[in-house]
Amino acid sequence: MKSFNYVIKDEVGIHARPAGLLVKEAKQYASVITIVKGDKSAVATKLMAVMSLGVKCGEEITVTVEGDDEDTAVESIKAFMESNM
Amino acid sequence: MERFLGKSVYKGVALGKIVVLSKADNQVKRTKVDDTDAEISRFEQARETAKEQLGSLYEKALKEVGEASAAIFEVHQMMLDDDDFVDSTIEIIKTEEVNAEYAVAVTGDNFSEMFASMDDDYMKARAADIKDISNRLVSVLTGQEDAGSLSEPAIIVADDLSPSETVQLDKDKILAFVTVHGSTNSHTAILARMMNIPALIGANFDLGKLESGTLAVVDGALGEFVVDPDEETVKNAEAKIEAEREKAKLLEELKGQPTVTKGGREIKLYANIGNVTDLAYVLGNDAAGIGLFRSEFLYLGREDFPTEEEQFAAYKQVLQTMAGKKVIIRTLDIGADKQVDYFNLGKEDNPALGYRAIRICLTEPEIFKTQLRALFRASYYGNLAIMYPMIISTKEVERIYEIVDQVKQELTEKQIPFKEPEQGIMIETPASVMISDKLAKMVDFFSIGTNDLTQYTLAIDRQNARLDAFYDAHHEAILRMIQMVVDNAHKEGKWAGICGELGADTELTAEFVKMGVDELSVSPSMVLPIRKIIRELE
Repeated sequence: MKSFNYVIKDEVGIHARPAGLLVKEAKQYASVITIVKGDKSAVATKLMAVMSLGVKCGEEITVTVEGDDEDTAVESIKAFMESNM
Repeated sequence: MERFLGKSVYKGVALGKIVVLSKADNQVKRTKVDDTDAEISRFEQARETAKEQLGSLYEKALKEVGEASAAIFEVHQMMLDDDDFVDSTIEIIKTEEVNAEYAVAVTGDNFSEMFASMDDDYMKARAADIKDISNRLVSVLTGQEDAGSLSEPAIIVADDLSPSETVQLDKDKILAFVTVHGSTNSHTAILARMMNIPALIGANFDLGKLESGTLAVVDGALGEFVVDPDEETVKNAEAKIEAEREKAKLLEELKGQPTVTKGGREIKLYANIGNVTDLAYVLGNDAAGIGLFRSEFLYLGREDFPTEEEQFAAYKQVLQTMAGKKVIIRTLDIGADKQVDYFNLGKEDNPALGYRAIRICLTEPEIFKTQLRALFRASYYGNLAIMYPMIISTKEVERIYEIVDQVKQELTEKQIPFKEPEQGIMIETPASVMISDKLAKMVDFFSIGTNDLTQYTLAIDRQNARLDAFYDAHHEAILRMIQMVVDNAHKEGKWAGICGELGADTELTAEFVKMGVDELSVSPSMVLPIRKIIRELE
């Protein structure tokens, strides 16, 4: 399992559009990608679950990636977040 | 054959199939099903159809309003693919042995409540998106057509249409409107006049009893809506449609002709529009310019303020398309019957007399400045005039000019080129009429907004159909006010025009010309008929 922490820079937080893009990105990998915020977590391929975390600007999330392609997946997700949220 | 009566807002005849637009929620019935697998596959098919609809809505919005506003339809598509949403619906169908419509509605309610209860305003607003997708699914399942994706030209039948619903309509595919509610000044009515299509409002039918796909005739001249017409009615309608086509051909010949009376007086005949896509109607009907460009379209149907760049691009496009012809853009007129969530205007007991238009702009100058910067930057690309709505005092005009000066100074410092557009005001309050002598000294022109002026002068709410009997568009008080405004403008060497619905009232055209009105701004479809009348005047 791989994981990293990320602080949201987008001023509206993870709102609908970026969440949608994240879901698209996450669906490309066989690994299970999970977003954790505080005591709540959501699987990154589920749009409404991700949105319902209500992640705001400046908040820190933990992303865990587990599966056969976790090495490539973790790098891509990290890059995706840096340019999109 | 069944015949219903309504009030006509645009004379004309249409023949075609009806499409019933009804609000999908509250109509979902729970029914027990035996074959749950069949119900699940109905749900899956509806999901595919809904995604296709959203795909074409996305394409349409992309062309008309740009990427940022179109993105919402893409998000809706993704929501339809959401595993939790899909699983929950299927689970309800299986365990409760119920119809797909009911399962979708329940799932939609549950998910939207989840969002509504979040402590984040943005996420709260997403509850509406969930409702929207579940309503869409229910519409597909029950076979109701979606307003945005009419497959062939049709007669739209509805309770009433809100401004946001009309935005979604594919304008090329509407033959006529028939609504149960609404008044002659409602948005449906305004849209019908803009598009030159027959419309009946306040029609006395039961929406629930009509079925999409039934043939019908709408006769605007008679105020009739005939469902399932007999052969003779159809024949009559066809003959009338043909006669109208002939008449339109005659008007066609007036294109390119100047709008001058026989005595040689030229009237500026402009068009009113509310969206960039309406430009085609302006050019198609040969208007000499745009007399009222409602800038609200930039603010409606989105989740946040339009940026300066977005506004600049839209204004510039309009000015360039009009290629040197006058374009009068009215600054933001939100409030009253046009509500936008992100403005957080709050509920008012009396919105028409409330926080709207210039009052918002002067209270929140940053919103105003963004629009002014975009307008002044765009002024460089054509013949722009700026018009300020809802003025009641000279103080307001002074304050506007202070803000305009700040904007101009900023642009000069940044070496951004701009021209000096004409600046005028809407005369739409009795107060502005009474002090029009003073206001005329301060501005370049007046444009009389007769809809609001009539509403405020007669104390009659334009959305309240019960008051239509008391409403007199030709009330002497209004005509005297117009005369007073025109006279006061002329004393200062300024021009005065009319941009309200009254400007297109063919019974008054001769009187307006006699009063000395310099400009008439009307729905694009009325440009040629008014030109014809003016050219026949002495």
